[in-house]
Amino acid sequence: MNTTFGTLGLIVVAMGVVTYAIRLSLILLWGRVAVPPLVQRALRFVPPAVLSALIFPELLLPGGTFDLSLGNARLLAGMAATVVAWRSRNVFLAIGVGMLALWVLQAVLPH
Amino acid sequence: MAKYAALRSRGRKVRVVARSPMGAVYGGIAVSLRRREFLAGVKAELPILLGVSPFGLIYGVLALGAGLPAMLAFAMSSVVFAGSAQFVGTQLFGSGAPGIVILVTTFIVNLRHVLYSASVAPYLRHLTTRWKCVLAYLLTDEVYAVAITRFAAGASRSSSPSAHWYFLGAGLAQWSAWQASTAVGIALGAQIPPGWALDFAIALTFIALVVPALTDRPTVAAALSAGIVAVLAARWPYKLGLVVAAVVGIVTGLVVEGRPKAGTRA
Repeated sequence: MNTTFGTLGLIVVAMGVVTYAIRLSLILLWGRVAVPPLVQRALRFVPPAVLSALIFPELLLPGGTFDLSLGNARLLAGMAATVVAWRSRNVFLAIGVGMLALWVLQAVLPH
Repeated sequence: MAKYAALRSRGRKVRVVARSPMGAVYGGIAVSLRRREFLAGVKAELPILLGVSPFGLIYGVLALGAGLPAMLAFAMSSVVFAGSAQFVGTQLFGSGAPGIVILVTTFIVNLRHVLYSASVAPYLRHLTTRWKCVLAYLLTDEVYAVAITRFAAGASRSSSPSAHWYFLGAGLAQWSAWQASTAVGIALGAQIPPGWALDFAIALTFIALVVPALTDRPTVAAALSAGIVAVLAARWPYKLGLVVAAVVGIVTGLVVEGRPKAGTRA
């Protein structure tokens, strides 16, 4: 998609406005509105839902086609990073192992 | 008297309160208390910056890799000033998602800040609108965590009228570190060849962030359902599949969580 600098700039500004409006909302409106309990409960599911929705296609659809095989370097590297993140809880170790795994697998696996 | 004349010549702030000896004393205490709160806020934020700065660096590298012009990538760190939204936004920019999808996703990703906003609001009630507007801009995950700890401690002891300076100190510390690390990342990013497949580091960052958050059945259900729907709906136009997948994941999490409490109703 060919997007011009101006359009990209507008999107960035709009992202800023959305973020700022959310942060300012209840600081300004305190006492006048209440957060519904359902929304409060739902908020903790936002990170796992949004992040997984971004991760899964990245691992399972490399290059746009579904690939659930051992020849899929991104899937294997992502699984390695998942194990490291789960065992160590160390973000940077997980990223490092995942990238290393991707480079090794890309060099080893047939294309 | 000579002492007060000297104070007077030092600054405008002192001149106002120096009319009476007690005024000078109170004014001096207020200023030093503010400074102490501000510096304590900066100090409380410092260890967190060790964890935040590498993200700023990675963001800078990845934003360039996703095709964002360097100036916009840098501007986003001050205009948006929200790590997770910047990462998600960068990923979507790179995959050519339309603006409206980027904005809806930004909204969903940052919705948790409503809770922070509600949580700090009672402690900021007495401040001017200008103060509220500045502090709201600085309300990131990390700054919230530091500031609310200070506010909660203040509520249990004597209430401090200067605790918002602590918030400001923590916020400005993170803001400065975020801008600096982004700039370094952008400078580095220009040197990295595309063959390194650094775009994959975004997915890896998301994995490293999401795995520790999967603490119970409802969060795992939210993650799996959102991921599966995202794959099934990957070909939908305008990246709408992402928004639908996120909503499906959130609803699934709520349903799975609601079952034990609500009995047969969920």
